[in-house]
Amino acid sequence: MDSQAIATQPGVHDAHAEHEHAPHLRHHFESVEQQREASSFGMWLFLLTEIMFFGGLFTAYLIYRNWYYPAFVVGSHQLSIFLGTLNTAVLICSSFTMAMGVHASELRKRKELVGWLVATFVLGCVFLGIKAVEYHEKWEKHHVPGLNFSVQDFTHPTDAEEKPLPMDMAQKTQVYFSLYFAMTGMHALHMIIGVSILLILIVQAWGGMYTQGHMTTIENFGLYWHFVDIVWIFLFPLLYLISRHQ
Amino acid sequence: MSTATIVKLPPQETARLPKRSYLNNEYGLKSWLLTGDHKRIAILYLISITFFFFIGGAMAGLIRLELLTPQSDLMATDTYNKVFSMHGIIMVFLFLVPSVPATIGNFLIPIMVGAKDLAFPKINLLSWYLYIFAGIFTLAALILGGVDTGWTFTTPLSTHYLNTHVITAGLGIFIAGFSSIFTGLNFIVTIHRMRAPGMTWFRLPLFVWSHYAASILMVLGTPVLAITLVLVILERAIGIGVFDPVKGGDPLLFQHLFWFYSHPAVYIMILPGMGVISEVISTFSRKRVFGYTAVAFSSVAIAVFGFFVWAHHMFIMGVSNYSALVFSLLTMLVAVPSAIKIFNWAATLYKGSITFETPMLYAFGFMGLFTIGGLTGVFLGSLGMDIHLTETYFIVAHFHFVMVGGMLMAYLSGIHFWWPKMTGRMYPEALSKLAALTTFIGFNLTFFPQFILGYLGMPRRYAAYPPEFQVLNVLSTAGATVLGVGYLLPMIYMTWSLKYGKIAGSNPWQATGLEWQIQSPPLTENFVETPIVDHEAYDYEWLASQTEHEVQTVG
Repeated sequence: MDSQAIATQPGVHDAHAEHEHAPHLRHHFESVEQQREASSFGMWLFLLTEIMFFGGLFTAYLIYRNWYYPAFVVGSHQLSIFLGTLNTAVLICSSFTMAMGVHASELRKRKELVGWLVATFVLGCVFLGIKAVEYHEKWEKHHVPGLNFSVQDFTHPTDAEEKPLPMDMAQKTQVYFSLYFAMTGMHALHMIIGVSILLILIVQAWGGMYTQGHMTTIENFGLYWHFVDIVWIFLFPLLYLISRHQ
Repeated sequence: MSTATIVKLPPQETARLPKRSYLNNEYGLKSWLLTGDHKRIAILYLISITFFFFIGGAMAGLIRLELLTPQSDLMATDTYNKVFSMHGIIMVFLFLVPSVPATIGNFLIPIMVGAKDLAFPKINLLSWYLYIFAGIFTLAALILGGVDTGWTFTTPLSTHYLNTHVITAGLGIFIAGFSSIFTGLNFIVTIHRMRAPGMTWFRLPLFVWSHYAASILMVLGTPVLAITLVLVILERAIGIGVFDPVKGGDPLLFQHLFWFYSHPAVYIMILPGMGVISEVISTFSRKRVFGYTAVAFSSVAIAVFGFFVWAHHMFIMGVSNYSALVFSLLTMLVAVPSAIKIFNWAATLYKGSITFETPMLYAFGFMGLFTIGGLTGVFLGSLGMDIHLTETYFIVAHFHFVMVGGMLMAYLSGIHFWWPKMTGRMYPEALSKLAALTTFIGFNLTFFPQFILGYLGMPRRYAAYPPEFQVLNVLSTAGATVLGVGYLLPMIYMTWSLKYGKIAGSNPWQATGLEWQIQSPPLTENFVETPIVDHEAYDYEWLASQTEHEVQTVG
């Protein structure tokens, strides 16, 4: 009947010949090509679910920022723009080293690949370290909603340039900090998962697993890493840079 | 009713189960718990969801017993709250969401598209383990003392005012969500990338189309539920204030985020069931499904529209009148693709050679009950009616008609239909017809009175009610008893049939799907060699020409 449909699928029998030669080909795939396409498609879909996951938080942010803009401004001014910028730079660098890692894997250079992955790992840890310093600072300043919070800084600001907020708006800074911790916390959790997987990848790459033509895992992890990076690229201006010109 | 049947079994004296199949290529517990075979994982799921179905069912039994009398006498009112909450949580997240996709879908999707397995067998196994962990958390919440938020976890009730195990149950649902995300992801990739040569999109069985649509909902909707639960847990555990009015948060936002998942979740539950019905109706009326393309696209349309109707759960919760108007209109819109399906199934039956096998009886049950459930949904979607009917037993009856009358009927239809393929043996015919009938009668007796109760104004979620409602409540409880028997019967005779059922042979129903062209139970690798598909779905002439010069290959 419809022979077109069959012709669009490249020969099944060629694929079988490949079977014997590719050790990484899992039994249920017809060809290496199909396996690669399937896993990278799966990874993109997973990232889509991640977008929806963070999407819920961004929606909440959008609504509350519109309602409680003054609280968001003063809350944002409590963050250290220096540490935020530094962390942004660290993450962008780590995305670069990750991309170089994927490149090294394509070129089948084992030592280079391990080097780039270690660099990515170190940068990831630096990011988390700086984040921990920032969290600690929030704790010291009583800016952790629920556990340790005081509106003192917003009703009676120490900085003479900041205008004091009326009590009810000052209370709303808790929403800002709730979102700050929820969003950066979820991001940090993704970073922790990321560096943990990186550790495994480094050991495997050292053993030469990803420099013999099979590099889908490295590529997919690269996608994940860049995704987490991009989330931060959105978080940084939304949380740190609200109305900084005032 | 005609006694004609299409069942064609091999002569029982000589028939043997295939020597080699997915069931016997390896033995031992380890070969099951570490398996990558989609068919074995489907069986694991089947066992575990049956377990949770009966726990949830026992809760339903307790609810109905309590409601036998107007006073709260069987249990204290807060125990009643816990019982209906656990009933909802277990039935929605641990039974209905995974029911058809994780069992029948897991078993069949790879075979129907002509593949050896799902794209990611390990992730498939992981999804089962996540499901089990979710089950353990939920059971822990139950044993430690229960949850009484209702299955909706409404804030600030769940975050501030209750002293029960909200966090444990919430974590359970969070994990169950990832199990469902991984199943959906696996299906989408498999359907896109693993189709056999010649298996074009429009040659796919409608079962695959409806699973594709449900998978889109799982992948896009579930993460939103996950983050919402994280926020509820954080709010309860450490007191952040995203939903807390005292700190400036808005409980209505919780409702929006929760229903953004939980309304599409209704379609996650019902769409796979609709896929089952398409297969069954076509097989037992010996006709190609009428309007194949319309039915296929109506699944996708339900998935797309399903994302834009969530606020109809919130008409009485203070959303603006304008948005309520828009959501009401969109809700009417989603009735259209559902109606397209019902009409097309009816048109498939028209002038078909209908036989009344058990799966078909369940399918008829589905068509009638789902239509009632769907139409009463339109009542609830219209603004004025909703104010009167929402939070009454009308809404309870409505979603039980869709979920139990629709989805559970479809699930049982599918389990009976593919049982010979999964196990190689037939279930007892007479007894199963009796069970189908019992379920139908019991169901109507249980839930139809609830429409009337709701219309008269009996509110849901209370252990006590005014005495004038007692007659209808007694009817409902009596029906629940019949319904319980209807569910226990298949459980018993299906188990019996594993050893004593007649040998089914590869294609007892003379159906056209790829799964019926291979041995029952199938080989671990499904196909001896990759099939090349050169015919449309539901092509009974192709099947007839196929059987004329048939060569039986048994592994």
